[in-house]
Amino acid sequence: MKTTLKLMTIFFATLLISCGGKDEKKKETFSYEKKTTTDQTTAIKPEKILASNKVDLVNKGVGPIKNIDLGNEIDRKLVTHGTEVFKKMCTACHRPNKKFIGPAPTGILERRTPEWVMNMILNPEQMVKEDPLAKELLMEFNGSPMANQGLTEEDARAVLEYFRTLK
Amino acid sequence: MKNSIQIVFATLAILIGLTSCNNSSKSNNKSGALASNVAEKVYVAPGEHDEFYAFISGGYSGNLTVYGLPSGRMFKEIPVFSQFPTSGYGYSEETKPMLNTSHGFIPWGDSHHPDISQTNGEIDGRFIFINENNTPRIAKIDLKTFETTEIIEVPNSAGNHSSSFVTENTEYVVAGTRFSVPIPQRDMPIIEYKGNFQGALSFISVAPETGAMDIKFQVLMPGFNYDLAHPGRGASHGWFFFSTYNSEEASTLLEVNASQNDKDFIAAINWKKIEEYVNNGGGKMMPADYAHNVYDEHTHTATSTMKKQVRVVNPTDVPGAVFFLPTPKSPHGCDVDPSGEYIVGNGKLSANLTVHSFTKMLAAIDSKKFDGEAYGIPILKFEDVLAGSVEQAGLGPLHTEFDSEGNAYTTFFISSEVVKWKLGTWEVIDRKPTYYSVGHLTIPGGNSRKPQGKYMFAMNKITKDRYLPTGPELEHSAQLYDISGDKMELLLDFPTHGEPHYAAAMRADIIKERSQKIYNLEDNKHPYAAFSDDDVKIVRKGNEVHIYMTTIRSHFSPDNIEGIKLGDKVYFHVTNLEQDFDVPHGFAVLGQNTSELLIMPGQTKTSVWEPTKVGVWPFYCTDFCSALHQEMQGYIRVSPSNSDVPLKWSLGEEIEE
Repeated sequence: MKTTLKLMTIFFATLLISCGGKDEKKKETFSYEKKTTTDQTTAIKPEKILASNKVDLVNKGVGPIKNIDLGNEIDRKLVTHGTEVFKKMCTACHRPNKKFIGPAPTGILERRTPEWVMNMILNPEQMVKEDPLAKELLMEFNGSPMANQGLTEEDARAVLEYFRTLK
Repeated sequence: MKNSIQIVFATLAILIGLTSCNNSSKSNNKSGALASNVAEKVYVAPGEHDEFYAFISGGYSGNLTVYGLPSGRMFKEIPVFSQFPTSGYGYSEETKPMLNTSHGFIPWGDSHHPDISQTNGEIDGRFIFINENNTPRIAKIDLKTFETTEIIEVPNSAGNHSSSFVTENTEYVVAGTRFSVPIPQRDMPIIEYKGNFQGALSFISVAPETGAMDIKFQVLMPGFNYDLAHPGRGASHGWFFFSTYNSEEASTLLEVNASQNDKDFIAAINWKKIEEYVNNGGGKMMPADYAHNVYDEHTHTATSTMKKQVRVVNPTDVPGAVFFLPTPKSPHGCDVDPSGEYIVGNGKLSANLTVHSFTKMLAAIDSKKFDGEAYGIPILKFEDVLAGSVEQAGLGPLHTEFDSEGNAYTTFFISSEVVKWKLGTWEVIDRKPTYYSVGHLTIPGGNSRKPQGKYMFAMNKITKDRYLPTGPELEHSAQLYDISGDKMELLLDFPTHGEPHYAAAMRADIIKERSQKIYNLEDNKHPYAAFSDDDVKIVRKGNEVHIYMTTIRSHFSPDNIEGIKLGDKVYFHVTNLEQDFDVPHGFAVLGQNTSELLIMPGQTKTSVWEPTKVGVWPFYCTDFCSALHQEMQGYIRVSPSNSDVPLKWSLGEEIEE
């Protein structure tokens, strides 16, 4: 945690330096209570863990998916289909490896149950209202709602299989 | 003689004025308890649905409005013949072709008579058709999407008023001309109208599966005014009836000159016979210019095709196909009862309603008892075809609809009332005032074989004091009546939009089931659609710049655009990537000379922007789409025409990890 904070400080320091007009030289710029640039010891309490970093491998979420058996082997055919669906329906808001509008799915199954992931895809409206983690995530991501893209259960399952391959 | 008629009319007017006074004082005397009972009948609790859809024409708004009954709540305005900035209809590149005609792009229309498609004489809720009166056109609206998907121009027609009425299996949607004109159009003295002008009655075929329209044939009739029309039902299926006025063939001061003849006609057309004649090669193709505009729901784009000829039929070439039924005093409404036996012709200058019998008409035709002819078309004897008349029912009868119990309901414009009468006995059962000067009335399914009853609503031409005043211009009012009992009961006044000329209504369940929620992205075949970031790009072709853009809650991709120059024509092709019900996104850019776009989930729409000023201009989403709607914005940089700023686009380069 401490190292993350250090890294962040360095990152934002560089960002601040690099900020300002590129075409038009050196405009004054300011920042007011910007999330992570305020005094970190007081602004971010050490015990506060972001929802996206929380680990909960019990909660299955709210929605149609009650039980998923992932199996030991990764189903390659399913991955190919899942990759396609993800690209078409999800990339407007999600990048595989970095935070974008929404969180990155890489390593998601180390933090969430497969059921939770599929319910979040298939039933986002209810999830952000009723599931405690989903509710927190909505706030962490600035209130940007997870869109219901109308995936079928089969498509959502394929996307999940694709997520298994993201390391 | 004239004087005595005037006296009779004046007495009648006074009498009827007195009767309707009584009625209105009765309804005003209603106690509080009764009134609350009435309120319950139109109350649809929050979140509940209405039992019926009503599709009310917008008249000179050129559109069609959708209401719920019994609440009288308006749900939607469907743009048909007029540009509609709310959605970008007629402004977006995809929909501009819908308003193309042989007279060029026309941004406005006058929509009159909606009619729902039918199967076996029952309304089936697949399509609704509506006519444009001014520059003759017929439109088809798909009731799956509530979008206008086809418009066909009607050549040789002028004042497309006896339209758009469908036959029992939607074989045809029929469009008759109100104004007769020279056919083909030519430069000639107006005074030579008589005997030279003609009236075209067009039979537009509707393909059973797709609903695609095509003008199968036009019957070129004598130069009368063809006012309203109705198809036969049941036994009379295969016939079509048109009311006519101006059988005097006057071209000037019609209010006097077209009211000379004691009787005008209802034209009875055996379209099955003419169809057979045409199928055997009858009629002739004549040169004509008319536009046929079709919207493709996969490319989300309309195309306009100019047609060059149309098949015309001279009625005297098809013996036994066309007859005239004498009908008193400039008949307006022409309505056929659910059984198909009775044809009601409302002579608008008459106090009586004339009802013709289809059976008697066939018998008269068989026995060839004619009362002369008009331009070679046999005139049947009035007495031979008359089934009966409703005596002294009111003043200025216009239109009639029916319930399933053998009752008819006729509007009276001059005496401002609806009169309920019995088919067969012709007795008046009830009358109720309307506020004021009623035109058409509608009963759900009331012009089909199976009226669905329960409610009737009257659409009034004059509003005056019915609502809070809004300056000199008032929206027209409609009035909803309960017709489930012997007597009609006024339940509700509700305002309409434009001119509520006529309406079609039906039970909600069929349409509700089929109503589409989104456009499937998989089916989007728009040539400029972008489905993911890989597709997002900007392509320059000379001074045309095509931006392949996507939207999803709550950003545009790209949202920073540079390299546009003055003199460029910028096409924003915006695809809405949402696949969730009721999540449209809007698009507007500062200085846009057209209108915004409202893009439904899965749809692609295009707006053209020709920037006139150098600067950095914002664009944003106009539809409040999410909690971060206010953040849904972007910038486009416009440089001088000689600048060398490279074309560049991005989204979220500064997102912090």
